Amino acid sequence: MKAAPFAYHDPRNVEEVLHLLATLENPRLLAGGQSLMPMLNMRVAFPDHVIDLNRVEGLDGVTERDGALRIGAMTRQRDVEEHPLVRARLPVMAEALSFVGHWQTRNRGTVGGSLCNLDPSAELVAVAAALDAVLEVRGPAGARDLSIHAFPEGFMTPALAPEEMVTAIRFPFWPAGHGHCFTEFARRHGDYAIVSAAALLMVEGGRVTRASLTLGGVAAGPMRLREAEAALLGAVPSEEVLRGAAARCQEIEAMSDPQAPAWYRRRLATTLVRRALETALARAGGAA
Amino acid sequence: MTAVPPAASAQRLVGRDVPRVEDAALIRGRGRFVDDIAPPGLLHAAFLRSPHAHAAIARIDTAAARALPGVQAVLTLADLAPHLTDTRLVVALPSPAYRMELHRPVLAQSEVVHVGEAVAVVIANSRHLAEDAAALVEVDYDPLPPVGDCVAALAPGAPPAHRGAPSNLAAEMVLEHGAVDAAFSAAPHRFSEQLSIHRGGSHSMECRGVVARHDALEDRLTVWISTQTPHAAHRLLCDLLGLENRALRVITPDVGGGFGPKLISYPEEVVIALAARLLGRPVKWIEDRGEHFVATTQERDQVWDVELATDGEGRILGVRGALVHDHGAWTARGVNIPQGAVSAMPLAYVVPAYRMAIRAAVTNKVPTTPVRGAGQPQGVFAMERLLDQAARTLGIDRAEIRRRNLVPGDRMPYATPLKTRGGMQVVLDSGDYPRCMQMALDAAGWAGFPGRQHAARASGRHLGIGVANYVEGTGRGPFEHVSVHIEPSGRIVVATGAAAMGQSTHTMLAQLVAEQLGGDMARVHVIAGDTAAAPMGIGGSNSRQAVLAGSSAHVAALRVREKVLHIASTLLEAAEGDLEIEGDAVRVKGVPEMKVTLAAVARAVAGTPGFAIPGGRGPGLAASEEVVIDAMAYANGTAVAEVEVDAETGDARVLALTFSHDCGNALHPRIVDGQLMGGIAHGIGNALFEHMRFDEEAQPTSTTLADYLLVTATEMPPVRILHMHSPTPLNPLGIKGVGEAGVIPVPAAVASAIEDALSPFGVHVTKVPLSPVDIVALIDPAAAG
Amino acid sequence: MSDSRRIALAVNGVQHEAETPVREHLADFLRGTLGLTGTHLGCEHGVCGACTVLVDGRAVRACLMLAVQADGCAVTTIEGLGTDEALHPLQAAFCAHHGLQCGFCTPGMLTTLAEFLQVHPDPTEEDVRVAISGNLCRCTGYDSIVAATMEAARAMRGAGA
Repeated sequence: MKAAPFAYHDPRNVEEVLHLLATLENPRLLAGGQSLMPMLNMRVAFPDHVIDLNRVEGLDGVTERDGALRIGAMTRQRDVEEHPLVRARLPVMAEALSFVGHWQTRNRGTVGGSLCNLDPSAELVAVAAALDAVLEVRGPAGARDLSIHAFPEGFMTPALAPEEMVTAIRFPFWPAGHGHCFTEFARRHGDYAIVSAAALLMVEGGRVTRASLTLGGVAAGPMRLREAEAALLGAVPSEEVLRGAAARCQEIEAMSDPQAPAWYRRRLATTLVRRALETALARAGGAA
Repeated sequence: MTAVPPAASAQRLVGRDVPRVEDAALIRGRGRFVDDIAPPGLLHAAFLRSPHAHAAIARIDTAAARALPGVQAVLTLADLAPHLTDTRLVVALPSPAYRMELHRPVLAQSEVVHVGEAVAVVIANSRHLAEDAAALVEVDYDPLPPVGDCVAALAPGAPPAHRGAPSNLAAEMVLEHGAVDAAFSAAPHRFSEQLSIHRGGSHSMECRGVVARHDALEDRLTVWISTQTPHAAHRLLCDLLGLENRALRVITPDVGGGFGPKLISYPEEVVIALAARLLGRPVKWIEDRGEHFVATTQERDQVWDVELATDGEGRILGVRGALVHDHGAWTARGVNIPQGAVSAMPLAYVVPAYRMAIRAAVTNKVPTTPVRGAGQPQGVFAMERLLDQAARTLGIDRAEIRRRNLVPGDRMPYATPLKTRGGMQVVLDSGDYPRCMQMALDAAGWAGFPGRQHAARASGRHLGIGVANYVEGTGRGPFEHVSVHIEPSGRIVVATGAAAMGQSTHTMLAQLVAEQLGGDMARVHVIAGDTAAAPMGIGGSNSRQAVLAGSSAHVAALRVREKVLHIASTLLEAAEGDLEIEGDAVRVKGVPEMKVTLAAVARAVAGTPGFAIPGGRGPGLAASEEVVIDAMAYANGTAVAEVEVDAETGDARVLALTFSHDCGNALHPRIVDGQLMGGIAHGIGNALFEHMRFDEEAQPTSTTLADYLLVTATEMPPVRILHMHSPTPLNPLGIKGVGEAGVIPVPAAVASAIEDALSPFGVHVTKVPLSPVDIVALIDPAAAG
Repeated sequence: MSDSRRIALAVNGVQHEAETPVREHLADFLRGTLGLTGTHLGCEHGVCGACTVLVDGRAVRACLMLAVQADGCAVTTIEGLGTDEALHPLQAAFCAHHGLQCGFCTPGMLTTLAEFLQVHPDPTEEDVRVAISGNLCRCTGYDSIVAATMEAARAMRGAGA
């Protein structure tokens, strides 16, 4: 199972990358390789050019900026999972990362790579949507910000022009005392989620003041459950209220395949959202 | 052979957890697997495989592929046929059951009958280039209707899986004894099950591979194959290539797991061997994982329609039914999977009347041949499901109904009315099945489980427990060749037709031989799987090698020992009874200075012209044995599985697995446990995870290890293994095989436990594997729509 | 644009310079060009873990890295885990616990666990199972591997104390 021929480029800075993207025919960007390399080895991807991002300066690192965590696109998933700022301020991301592949996958896999791959089951994509992440995009016209919610254009297709690349992602913080939970259902440890659910809650004075509910694995892109979130706002988070929010998952449009038909994904979604809410609530301060 | 094995305390190696001789190299990454073999001038092969399940081939054009720089040859059957005595692999086990001749071709020429069937081979300077060129081979296919379902294949009007064939019935047979219809007519209770039982593939971590090299100096073709049966491969290649025995050497290198599918011979072996001869350069082909899904054999689907008749106490009066088995597109082995399934079904129990009709259907999928368990898991599944239903309906505890039917310990040896495929009567030689089951039940807390289950239900958790028994024919004969030779250097060399695939064959043989010849395993060199070192052999399958090769090794070592002591007594002028073999020498007991080395003994009987050979027993210190054992040694065991089912997600988790078993004496307890654990993991895979999927066009949709789920460390439950030892009288070691045992009862036990966990929902389990979607559909059929 | 590149890297402490096709993955480079056949190929799509090696100290699937990406790196394979005189504690423990049968998955298991124990010297059994959940074994059923790892961890903690 050997890759078909391609030309290899290892640029050292973003300008070079953009130049290559603009001038080469049929290029692919190589980030952590955990998604692209299997496709190359199996000959289901046939780029004429592979542009390796692993030696490009300035694309990795975790910093705090303007109330958000800014993660360079080439930051290894393992480094994000273990980063003290992530653990302290964005625990839902650390929790999501514990489900991403295996030890070896996270040693090489990158945050940007996973987001740009846009696998419907990818945990990082779902958690990025849960956190209203903003992608920093650079292209020949300059730099722009792109909301994660506008990022999936279609099945595994990001809303990027061919000459553009993602250089970093900003994840706005939730206030201290927020409750979080990322959970998923997968067949084995480390497998892609069949369905995943991310819940973030702020509870103040015994009522929900902010809610984020996201499903992964049900559509091409992550699904924010806006109506369920709206229904939670201002409510006392009783078991009945949480069940009611979760029950809205029965109405969603879900993907279907022989292994996991739509009705099953809806059922999983309902169960996982309820469990995620219960856990998030238990972890939230101000629940009383 | 009814010799009693030596008392355990008298043995210093056999029966103990000695260090494995295989480990020193393997642990350092110094194994020598087939892909590690790289003779100078090596070329690399890639096969072009059919993307269609069924198609006629109108034209094959290799010109573009041949023109690619770095390509040495592109070969089709037309190129190879002039150099072959036959273009087909005729390898089917004999059986009167066949209704069609389905001998697969060395390469497909005018028709392809499964996705993955090889059509051409590219030989190039690298595998990369060979794959590049394979993409340039042009084949004009005219698709034909594919046959994907084994039951539909046998329906009137079904399209033929082979163009022009009158039907898709590959084979049919009936196994029966007793007056089963009369038993059913008279029976107060009858239960029936329609079962769908699927097992997948081998997925050894190492896929298949062949390296072939013609040595002009020796005028011999050496072929390294990752195989379980080197001598069978040798015979086939000699036949097809028209070679005399000496002109071909087949070597089994280190093998990264076999599990069944590596026991048969494949077209790729013939192609690569011939290509090396034609090109005059060594050629290598390594199967990649994608190919393993479509070109290596599998077990697959069986559909069972079975009935059980009992009296009012749940005692079996008769079992009858029919099964359809997915044979695949070619006969790559025989009808042994369904025959083995039907033979295994009644084996643990007293079944006075029995009839099972088997029909094997040709489908447009890769052929089916045994995977660890070889049909026995299916037979056990069917029997255990029927017993569970009877227990439930009659209000009898599931363990109790089994107790009433298990062959009792005091009836051993128990001559059953069944026959093996070779026509020999099945005699259960030893064992106490009820006691073995009780061991497992006690350890698993069967009696107290209803209380645990009740408490769990109160907190919304669904726990269940299930039990399954099996009896397994092991040590399939008729023999395995082993020779033991003490060389003039004093080194002890053991050569065997047995082949190792990870199950510690070298350690087993070194242990048995060193036990008799000095007690130092480091002085014993085992050569397994080399047709130049052993003149004949059968190889690894059917949990046979410890029994057959072990027996031959033991007897041969005893013969050499006896001659050594006799010669040494002459040389030392001491009585044989006063001598012992310790390390590298024979010495007088209690007088260590009075000794002669094994090397000296060997040289003494090597022969010098004009001088008599001391001892009067002839020259050399060697013995060669093929101990013939036709009867199988029957091992047995019980699995008890405790599961928890998440009724919302359908997730089933095995919380605990208790496995009691009896394989007679244990040559190496830790290795026995290792074999059981591997089988248990595979059994959990078959119960919950492993599904080789195809679509309606017989296109595989499980094509990577991300689709086809093998159990990892996190899916394994705590496992408790318990041992009983009923030595068999059938071989001098008192041992039975153990390589497949772990997998056989586990799917049945897990299915039983899931059904038990979900009894509030009235769930009835009739298939394996069970996915979470399957389980939710059972709990809530309305939701599944 | 050339099909190959010259790369320089340290493998098991030894400097190597060699030409490699750009499309060749690291596992094939180690096995073929450098003759270090202890790293095995089980799937080439990043699932089985048999090809795991350490690159700059981190366990990676060598089939998912291009050889050219390892230029300038320090790679450790199974051949570099112990020495001729002394096995790594993991290797010794695997042998003692029958943690290998066919030995094909073993190198990848060992390199993965070698890094894991460095980072988590006092794991629970469950931690170990999670750590090797990306390494498939068809022979052992994993229990003996977990037991061996727990013993090796104890030995390494004792030695490091």
